[in-house]
Amino acid sequence: MMLRFVLRRLVQVIPTLLLLSVLVFAWLRSLPGGPASAFLGDRATPESIANLNRLLGLDQPIWVQYFRFLGRAVTGDFGASTITGEPVMVEIGRALPATIELSVAALLIAVVLGIPLGYVAARHRGRPLDVATVVGTLFGVAVPVFFLGYVLKDVFAVDLGWFPPSGRQSVAVDATDVTGFAVLDGIMTREFDASLDALHHLVLPAVVLATIPLAVIVRITRASVLDVMDSDFVRTANSKGLAPGTVRGRHVLRNALLPVSTTIGLQVGLLLAGAVLTERVFVWGGIGTLLADAITLRDYPRLQAILLLGALIYVLVNLLVDLSYAIIDPRVRLS
Amino acid sequence: MTAAHSAAAPLTETGALLSVRDLRVVFQRRGEPPTVAVDGVSFDVAPGQVVGLVGESGCGKSVTSMAVMRLLPDRGVRVGGSVVMDGVDLLTLSDDEMRRRRGRDLSMVFQDPLTSLNPVIPIGLQVTEVLRRHRGMNKEAARKAAAELLERVGIPDPRRRLDSYPHQLSGGMRQRALIAIALACRPRLLIADEPTTALDVTIQAQILELLKELVRETGAALIMITHDLGVVAGLCETVNVLYGGRIVERAQRHRLFTTPRHPYTHGLLRSIPRLDAPPGEELPAIRGSVVDNLPWADNCAFAPRCPRAVERCVGVSPEEETTGGRLLRCHNPVPASAD
Ligand SMILES: Nc1ncnc2c1ncn2[C@@H]1O[C@H](COP(=O)(O)OP(=O)(O)OP(=O)(O)O)[C@@H](O)[C@H]1O
Ligand SMILES: [Mg+2]
Repeated sequence: MMLRFVLRRLVQVIPTLLLLSVLVFAWLRSLPGGPASAFLGDRATPESIANLNRLLGLDQPIWVQYFRFLGRAVTGDFGASTITGEPVMVEIGRALPATIELSVAALLIAVVLGIPLGYVAARHRGRPLDVATVVGTLFGVAVPVFFLGYVLKDVFAVDLGWFPPSGRQSVAVDATDVTGFAVLDGIMTREFDASLDALHHLVLPAVVLATIPLAVIVRITRASVLDVMDSDFVRTANSKGLAPGTVRGRHVLRNALLPVSTTIGLQVGLLLAGAVLTERVFVWGGIGTLLADAITLRDYPRLQAILLLGALIYVLVNLLVDLSYAIIDPRVRLS
Repeated sequence: MTAAHSAAAPLTETGALLSVRDLRVVFQRRGEPPTVAVDGVSFDVAPGQVVGLVGESGCGKSVTSMAVMRLLPDRGVRVGGSVVMDGVDLLTLSDDEMRRRRGRDLSMVFQDPLTSLNPVIPIGLQVTEVLRRHRGMNKEAARKAAAELLERVGIPDPRRRLDSYPHQLSGGMRQRALIAIALACRPRLLIADEPTTALDVTIQAQILELLKELVRETGAALIMITHDLGVVAGLCETVNVLYGGRIVERAQRHRLFTTPRHPYTHGLLRSIPRLDAPPGEELPAIRGSVVDNLPWADNCAFAPRCPRAVERCVGVSPEEETTGGRLLRCHNPVPASAD
């Protein structure tokens, strides 16, 4: 039943991605300027632009361009970057581990800190600890990622020198590249100093990227725990004289985490957007860097691939969340 | 067995399993005037006795039971008086000591069986956790005992039902499961707070019958909380009528039903639909609603709605008086010969 559910959901993803591909395709071409003028810059003449457009196939009617794109995309070929001339899938394959590593680290921080913080705040409802937490989360969602990134970098990397200001690894460490996930590679090759070095680089950007999801998870957990603590079945659990730990874990937390798990899925979209900004601040060299260049230089193939990939990741993560939800909540039927 | 005691009775009544004395519960929210939900309630429950607590919505029935179980929130509530069980005032116990008694010596069945069960864990675990906590059973023993309990409360195919989740059971089955949980450790006192209100009429009768059987079988005393006098009639030996947080009348069931003395009790009984009433005749109702009541301090809280109110009812608070095993709090009771 589980397998059928997954398969059906995956099939449902196809029309979504198709529609999205049309939108992305049309939207990019509606932007002012194009790859030719962006690339040629000041040297552009009408002739040179037309020439380059012909080379890139951009002189064709838009629907012809789209179906060509689609025909190649279904085989996994998203074309070559107009900036580097390299196939975009190769570029993305190289940059993706960096972004995933950063996002996963940020999400881990957000979940591991967010759930206990939200829980403790709820238990202290209305008292100073709770008020401080709630105010903190307000700041967390309100402070722009860029700003926070530069401030933390300035203070902890530049002034205090506790963390490296940019990059993923120190050149001196000379790590072996296996999967592209720097921390993992270090463990796999038993170059533990390389893992530690990568973690050291990861701390600041991950903390910056974690702030918004952390704040959101704290708030949702807090609200959800308060809600559940007032519920009839927790009263029943108390009327049975159960140990406080049993009431908290089995009865309060298990139920309170249901809405939290959905929130985590929804956070992934925000996380990807935040990663782009964070990577910029810390010169991370992941998808964010690819994307930033692609936007300025109107690199259609690269933009199309990155945006569709982002959508795919978002959909897959939410599928995963739905599955885990079905595991913790017996009332949910996978159908 | 005498059912009546005045508030001035000694702390431990010989023979009583539970003695509630002068129980007072005040809700105090910041920025709001305090609400007196229970205002000096005293009653006794003998071992194995079935005691009714009746009154309309908001009169303090649930708050009384929650105070006895010590399930009211820690903050924003003040609880006064005493609740003595086994010679110990439950209100003075530490949280830990109280937790060891809850579910073992006294337990409770709630109104809404769907929301009162944890939706995400199986029924079996909800029964076994209480057995393991208080009886120190291991997993297998607790599971076996749980299946027997489910069987005893009339849940078919109990072994399989252990792995069911609450949403997979009908309302009546859920309430049976809750009863099994409450009686799992054979408590000597069971409090049932409107255990049938959320159920179909046909199921109600079955659940009441089951409760009746089980308390007889286990020897547990039962405090039956209800606004339904029909439930009281079929079950309770002694009935306490609550109004505005105070007991206004208490008597043995048959005396209360045949000769109600308090105008409120009288009204309650007259508002029960009767099959022998001529068709089309309007049901006598008690005028007004609980919100109309006066504070008890210098008045009778029922006075604004009372057909027998006299001048003294506003200005002088009526005291509890016990005569011939009946407790009454009224300046102008219905004459004993009425009806
Ligand atoms: N948490 C609370 N905060 C403030 N007031 C409360 C609270 N709980 C109950 N009360 C008040 O206490 C009074 C008695 O409530 P209680 O729930 O005991 O009524 P009840 O007799 O059980 O009614 P019902 O038949 O509707 O269950 C009500 O007036 C109610 O407003
Ligand atoms: Mg109630």
